[in-house]
Order: sequence, then structure tokens, then C-alpha cells
Amino acid sequence: MSATTEYLASAVRVDAPPAILLDKVNKWFGSLHVLRDVCLNVATGERVVVCGPSGSGKSTLIRCINRLEIHQEGRIIVNGTELSDDIRALDEIRREVGMVFQSFNLFPHLTILENCTLAPIWVRNMPKQEAEALAMEYLTRVRIPEQAKKYPGQLSGGQQQRVAIARALCMKPKIMLFDEPTSALDPEMIKEVLDTMIGLAETGMTMICVTHEMGFARTVADRVVFMDQGEIVETGAPTQLFENPQTDRLKLFLSQILRGH
Amino acid sequence: MSGMTLDGTAPAAPRTPPLSQIGALGWMRANLFSSWMNGALTLVIGYLIVRWALGFFDWAFANAIWSVPNNQTQVCRDLKGIGACWAVITEKHRFILFGTYPYEQHWRPALCIVLFVALYIVSAMRRFWRKELALVWIATLGVIGVLMWGGVLGLPYVPQERWGGLVITLILATFGLAFAFPLAILVALGRRSKLPAIKALCVLYVELIRGVPLISLLFMASVMFPLFLPEGMNIDKLLRAQIAIILFAGAYLAEVVRGGLQALPRGQYEAAEALGLSYWQKTGFIILPQALRLVIPPLVNTFIGFFKDTSLVLIIGIFDLLTAGKTAIIEPAWQGFGIEVYLTVGAIYFVFCFAMSMYSQRLEAELNRHRRS
Amino acid sequence: MPESVTDPRQLRLPPKRPIRLSWSDERVRGIVWQVVVVGIVGSLFWWLWSNTAHNLAVRRIATGFEFLRREAGLPIAEHLVDYNPTDTYFRALLVGFLNTLKVAVVGIVLATILGTLIGIARLSRNWLLAKLAAVYVEVIRDLPLLLQLLFWYALLQGLPGPRQAMNPAEGVFLSNRGLKLPWFEWTDAHSFALLAFVLGAIATWLYARQATAKRLLDGRKRPAWPFALLAMLAAPIGIWAVMGAPFTPDIPKLRGFNFQGGLNISPEYFALLIGLVTYTAGFVAEIVRAGIQAVPHGQWEAAQALGLHRGQVLRQIVLPQALRVIIPPMTSQYLNITKNSSLAVAIGYQDIVSIANTTLNQTGQAIEGIAIIMLVYLTISLSISLFMNWYNGRIALVER
Repeated sequence: MSATTEYLASAVRVDAPPAILLDKVNKWFGSLHVLRDVCLNVATGERVVVCGPSGSGKSTLIRCINRLEIHQEGRIIVNGTELSDDIRALDEIRREVGMVFQSFNLFPHLTILENCTLAPIWVRNMPKQEAEALAMEYLTRVRIPEQAKKYPGQLSGGQQQRVAIARALCMKPKIMLFDEPTSALDPEMIKEVLDTMIGLAETGMTMICVTHEMGFARTVADRVVFMDQGEIVETGAPTQLFENPQTDRLKLFLSQILRGH
Repeated sequence: MSGMTLDGTAPAAPRTPPLSQIGALGWMRANLFSSWMNGALTLVIGYLIVRWALGFFDWAFANAIWSVPNNQTQVCRDLKGIGACWAVITEKHRFILFGTYPYEQHWRPALCIVLFVALYIVSAMRRFWRKELALVWIATLGVIGVLMWGGVLGLPYVPQERWGGLVITLILATFGLAFAFPLAILVALGRRSKLPAIKALCVLYVELIRGVPLISLLFMASVMFPLFLPEGMNIDKLLRAQIAIILFAGAYLAEVVRGGLQALPRGQYEAAEALGLSYWQKTGFIILPQALRLVIPPLVNTFIGFFKDTSLVLIIGIFDLLTAGKTAIIEPAWQGFGIEVYLTVGAIYFVFCFAMSMYSQRLEAELNRHRRS
Repeated sequence: MPESVTDPRQLRLPPKRPIRLSWSDERVRGIVWQVVVVGIVGSLFWWLWSNTAHNLAVRRIATGFEFLRREAGLPIAEHLVDYNPTDTYFRALLVGFLNTLKVAVVGIVLATILGTLIGIARLSRNWLLAKLAAVYVEVIRDLPLLLQLLFWYALLQGLPGPRQAMNPAEGVFLSNRGLKLPWFEWTDAHSFALLAFVLGAIATWLYARQATAKRLLDGRKRPAWPFALLAMLAAPIGIWAVMGAPFTPDIPKLRGFNFQGGLNISPEYFALLIGLVTYTAGFVAEIVRAGIQAVPHGQWEAAQALGLHRGQVLRQIVLPQALRVIIPPMTSQYLNITKNSSLAVAIGYQDIVSIANTTLNQTGQAIEGIAIIMLVYLTISLSISLFMNWYNGRIALVER
């Protein structure tokens, strides 16, 4: 990315309570300790990028936020509600948190429109016409309204991922989680998805994004979090982190990924 | 690049391959006579096939007797081994198809057979794979029940003891599938459940049923079910056998459905959960539609198995197609013509099963094509 | 500062989670669901059970397995061990069980051989042969087994009587009373020779394994066939010779209305065997074909490019991969043959189901009779399943 890229204006609201609060979160897979005393505050409107080598726990971290993975110690508080075994609390949280997966996970037996309207109709009890209008609005926003009646198998990877973003947005979430959204895409399709995500950031959405796309991090992120071996090693503004890494581990990681450029 | 060869001369014009490599001759060379041994094999097999075909034609058609007056089968017996006695079919075909159903009412089971076939054909066509199909099934099975029993709409009542033949086979197989399928889905879901008691019950059911032969379940139905019910409560033999077949089919179908549930990528489960769908919403909207579509070919193959397995009710004395065939030759006049009867009954089974088998193979090829593209 | 060698993610273990008593707790819901379902199923079984107990009392049907010690009064035509109708029901059932095994084991062996041949024929380059095999498989699979059994039985019953029996070879007679083959008197010498053969086969297998291990160490080939010849052929023959080399042939001779002597294969057994073998071979053929086709052609090419010759490619590369795909469904078919042998009751071969059926008719104890049948088959099924699980675990390809 060129050095003259403009940074997105920060949308962080410092007066509001944190959107996501992780307090000494620990998670084990069997006996493997994959998240170690992770503490993280994400303010409303903040955009956080999480990066790190594979096996560092970054995907596990965001999957804990909507309880696709269950943490064993510590607290996770999303929009004031704590994540626990309480099912009703979990349902509330999942309505407010949207997720975009690396492998898109669109429902292949439903049309694009049906993919987007399914949850609003059956979880938010929205009438069908309203849901369809909402879906078309978001499909227009991700710039593929003409594909509404097609099936996922007929779309390219980049288009599918944009639909996945629209599908998550149709639930009008307050927080969006992205788990390596561009890692499964061919290079020429990465840009269209990143542009969509940048557009989303411009609306002030709280975003946590696990990604290797450093250019995106520089443009959009208010904060970058570097994880390694299950713990948060360093955080800070993107420029500061990439140009002035403090720890050896971050220096090693940056040298490895920047080698490709 | 212009077509110049390395040494600067112009390349030869493209030519057709030699005559012996193309067309019918070429095909025969490749497939039948590609080597000495192959050629010899072809000749031997060809000779045997022709000889056997001629022999069969002689027996089945040329020397066959098509009807005899008034059960005078001596002329048939004289030709035993030389000519087939198709007279037994001419005489007994109604018995084989409809059992002891009253003669004037034979149009009712005949109509039922047509309805069954229509139901199968409609269910096979992809464009009808919607939720309304379940209603079509319920309606058709209801109509068939009314037709067979009668007692309403001016149709005379026919008790179950008089039903028999092909209709019973179709009833056992179709009603069996209709009830076993929802049972199988519940059991498959239960087997994948995280709740240990439910999972244990489902595993127990499936492993128990799959470990024993169908005959033992039919025996259980025929001799033990009356003991299970309170005094005075009676269910007739056909219903008992139907219940045994439903339990049997349910276990095998459950394994097939479970295979589909396992084959579905975990990302689908996760995406549905992330959207906030509840367990039943997730299962009904996302998981089952995809999983069931994945396993339709093995489901059809399993159904072919049941269709054939209904013939086992012969052993507990229920009058299905095979029993009708076997009973037709008990009469002294027609004794000993088992081959002709079994060939005919076999042909009927074959028509149904072969059609389903071809359908399943074609469907599998189509689904594989879609998945790869 | 040097990094510690241990992975920091392996230093602490997870804590235990306490349970909260509330409907919104996922675990509480789970427990309630389970209690409800078990309750429903349990009460259904209790209702059936109490009805049964009541009905048994009213009809004065005995319960318990005491009847196993009573005299059976059941004539059994074929028995592998000594039996006469004054023996107990238990012995009768044992004879039935052995009859089931007799048809199942022989059926499995023959079906495997026939099925493998047909499966390979399906893949033949000769179009005629391939199509013939395909037609066989399709026809067999689209006809009910019971129908095929009745057909074969009717065919065998249509054969001429013993006096006009077919005599294709010296001492071999085929009639509607069965197939008679010449046999010989079985003495101790033969038993020992057979034992020597089995031990010799095991010894040969061990020797071959050792030879391979030694070859891996120093690269020298050690052929196993001389040892095999010695252990499996010379030794048994030697033992038999040493014990007097007894051999009294037993040729079937027509006496009155039937043959005496020789090996007797009854039409019931014969029909059941042919029916089961031809039926199951159709399914085995498809399994073998799928297994061979499952190994990508590239494996052959790569192995041959490395210089391995056909035999080695088969043994080291192709067969191990093909067998992984073949063995699970194959064991399922073996199970099917065993279960399908229960159809013997329809053509009068006295296997365990047939004898148990007669027993429960005579004693009136239906529940015990059917329970015995199910127990026998369940034991066989579960043993085979356990073996399958163990085998699958052992040969599973290691993946990421």
C-alpha cells in the first residue's frame, strides 16, 4: 500500500461502555492451553485487527466472542451481557454479533435472497416483505443486487463472501466479526471484499477482524493486536506497531509476512 | 507459429487414422479382439450365449403352452423340460396380483397399484421435491386405504384377510417407508446428540435391529406382539408385520441419514448457529434439507432392499406377491410348475427394482456432476 | 533471553465448571430432555412388560429356560455332531447353530471367490465379458433372495429320482434327493494330518515375516516357498504315512430307493448354499470393483515408474489401498450371509431359526425362543462389528 493512503477517521465513542470486554480469558482444547489470560477491551465503533502466526489462537479468540468456542476461565462481556451457559443471554448476543467465515458458509440450497432473509424472518420475526426489502438494501450496499435470485454455487468466491457479509448485516448487528475473510479467495477477488469491508467501517460499525492483509489494517484499523502462542503480545495503532515493533516475536512475524511483498 | 517442422520442410497434411482403428471395426478390435486370449474368450462366450438363448427361446416360446382348458394340465406335464407351461400364469395371474380379493372388486386393488406406481414416479422427479410432497403422500396413502377397505362411499367392505398379492407387497413397502423415514430422521439426529441418554437409546435401537435377521423380527411380530397388548386389544396380522417392517427399515434408514449428517461440512452448522437460529430451526432449515439431498442414492438403494425384503412375510403366513406365487402351485393340478411361476413373479419384482436401481444410478451421476462443477 | 523449550500452552490445565440450576442453562435443559425421553420410553416398555406378564399368567405359559433340559422329540435330518430325538432341546438348538455355521462359513468362502472373479470380470477389457458380469450383478440384486432360494429349490426338486440319477462322473450322483460325492473314511491319521497342515500354514506365515524382516536388514532375498512346501505339504503327508497311510474310499451305491455311503449334500443345503452364494456374490462383485477402481491409476504409474514389477505394485501399493476400501463393506456382506441363512426355514433346512421356531411351537414359550434366536445373531454381529472397528482403527490413513 502506498504511504499516502488516507486513514479512516476514527469512530470510537469514548463515552460509551466497551462493546466487547475480555477479562483474563483462558481456553483449553483438551490439555492444550490455547488462550492464555487474554484481556481485551473493544470500544463501540472501534475497528480492531488481530494478527499473528498460525496456531496463535486468533481465530479461537473471535470464535469465543459469539460462543462458537466455549472459554473455560475468565469473563467475556458483549454489549453488557456476559457470555455463560445461559441460553437466553446467548441468543441475545448472537443476534447482535454478526460473523463472516473464511469459507463463506453460504447455504447452498437457498437463493442469495433467501440466505439473507432466513434469520431476520425466523429469529427477529420480521415479516417476509420487510426482510426482503432489507436484504435487497444490503445486497445493493455490497454491490451485487442483481444476483439475488441466484444460488451460491453460481457465484464467484468474491461474490459469495460479499453475500456472506450482507447476510450477517441483515441481522443489524452492532458488532461484526471477520475470521480471515479473504484467505480462501483468489488474489483478484480480495480487493472487492476488502473494499466492502472498508465501506462497512465507514459506517461506524464495531469490527474485529482476523486477517493477514496488512494494507487493510493500516487503512481501517484503530488498533492492531498481535497474538502469539495464545496470548496478546503487543497492541497499538497500526503505524506504531508495524513501523516500531517492540517485541522480538512481533519483529520475527513482520519479517516473515513482509518478505512476500 | 507457422506449421514448419524443425528441418524447415512443410509438415504433412493431417490424415485420418487407418480404417481398422475407427468405426465399428475399430471398436470391435479394441473391445473384443484386442489379444489372442481376448478373441478366444469372445468366441467362447458368444457361442455359449447364443446356444443358451436359443435353448431358452425354445423352452419359453416355441414349445410353450399358453393356456389349457379347465385345469387339464396333462398336456403341460408331457412337455415338462421341453416347453414352458405359461398356462399356469394365464390361469392364476389374478390370484398372483390380487390374492383372494373378491373378483368383481378387482378394479380397486388394480387402481391402488396404479396409484402406488404414480406416487413413486412423482416422488422421483426433482421438481417435486418440496414440502408439499409430504401432503401428496399422505393423501395418496389415505385414498389407497379407503379403496382397499371400502365400507364408505358406496364401496363394499373387504376385510384384510382377503387382501393379497402384489398389492400387499406395495402396501408393506410404501407404508413402511412412509413411517420409517421420519423415525429414521429422529433416530439419526438423536444419535448425533450430545445428550448421553438419548444417544445411548438411539445407538441401542440401531445396533439391536441391525444385528438380528428380519425373520426374527417378523416372528416377534407374529407370536409376541399379541402377548404385549392388554387382553381384548387385538391388532391384525398385517398391521403387526407392518410395524416390524417399520422398525426394521427405521434402523437402516437412520444409518443412511446419519451418513448424510456427517458429510455436511461443519461450517454450515456454524453459520446457522452464528445467525442465532435455534436447534430445531437450524436442523429444519439448513441441516436436513442438505443432508437428505446428499444421501438420496443410498436411500433409494435401501428402499430397493426393503421392497425385496417384504417377501419374507411369506414365512409368517402373510399373503404377499411371493406367497401368492407359491400358493398358486400347491393345487395338485398345477403342482410342479414352480419355475414358470417364479420366473413371472421374479419379472414383476425385477421391473420395480430395476427401475429404481437405474433411477438411483442416474441420480448419483447427476449429483456428482453438480458437485464437481 | 533464551526461549524455554516447553510450549507455554501446555503448562496449565483447565478448571472444572459448576452447574447453575436454571431453565436457561443449556445443561439443565439437556438433563430435562433426557429425563423426559427416557421416562416416555421407559413407561412404554413397562406397560408392554406388565401386559406380557399378565397374558403369560392367564394363558398358563411357562417362563424361564427350564425347557432346555427337556427331551426335544425333534427329528433333525442333518447334524454335524451326534444327535437323536431323545436329546435335549439344548442339544437340538446346538445342532441348529452348527448347521447355520455350516452354511454361513462355506457360503462366505464361496461367495468371496465367486464375487471377486465377477468383480474383476466387470473391469475386463473384453466388452462381452464385462457386460455379462454387469448383467449378472444387476439381475441378482433386483430379485428377492427368498424368491431365488425357492427357485433353486424348485429346480433341484425337479431333478429325477435316485434311480434315474444323473451320473456326470464316477461316484458322483445328482438327483432330487441331493448330491452324492465319493468320500473316504476319516481316521485319526487324517485329523493329525489336518492339524499339521494348519500348524504348517501358521509356521510358513511366521517364516515369511521373518524373511522379510531379515531382507530389510541386509537386502538378500530369502524365498519362502521351500519352507512352505515342507511345512504344508511334506509334513502332513509324512504324518499320515507314518500313522499307517489309511485310505478306504466310500463310494455311494444305490440301495433300494436311495444311495448309501459317500458324502451327502442334501437338496435343502445345496439350494440354500447356491442361492446365498450367487446372491451375495453379486454384492461382493460391486465391492471388489469399487475397491479396485478406488486406487487412482496414477498409483500404478508412479510405482511402475520407480521400477517395481506388477506383482510388487499389487502387493505393496495397490492392494493395501484397495483393501481399505473393500474390507468394511465386505464384512457387512459376511454379516448379511449369516443373517440371510435364516431364510433356511422357508425351504426346510434346519438351521437355528428353524429349530428354535419348532421349539417355541412345541413348548409354547415364544419369548424365550425368539430371545435365543436374537441372542445368537446379536453375538455374531457384535463380534464382527468389534473386529471391524479394531481393524479400521489399525489401518486408518493418518491425516492432518
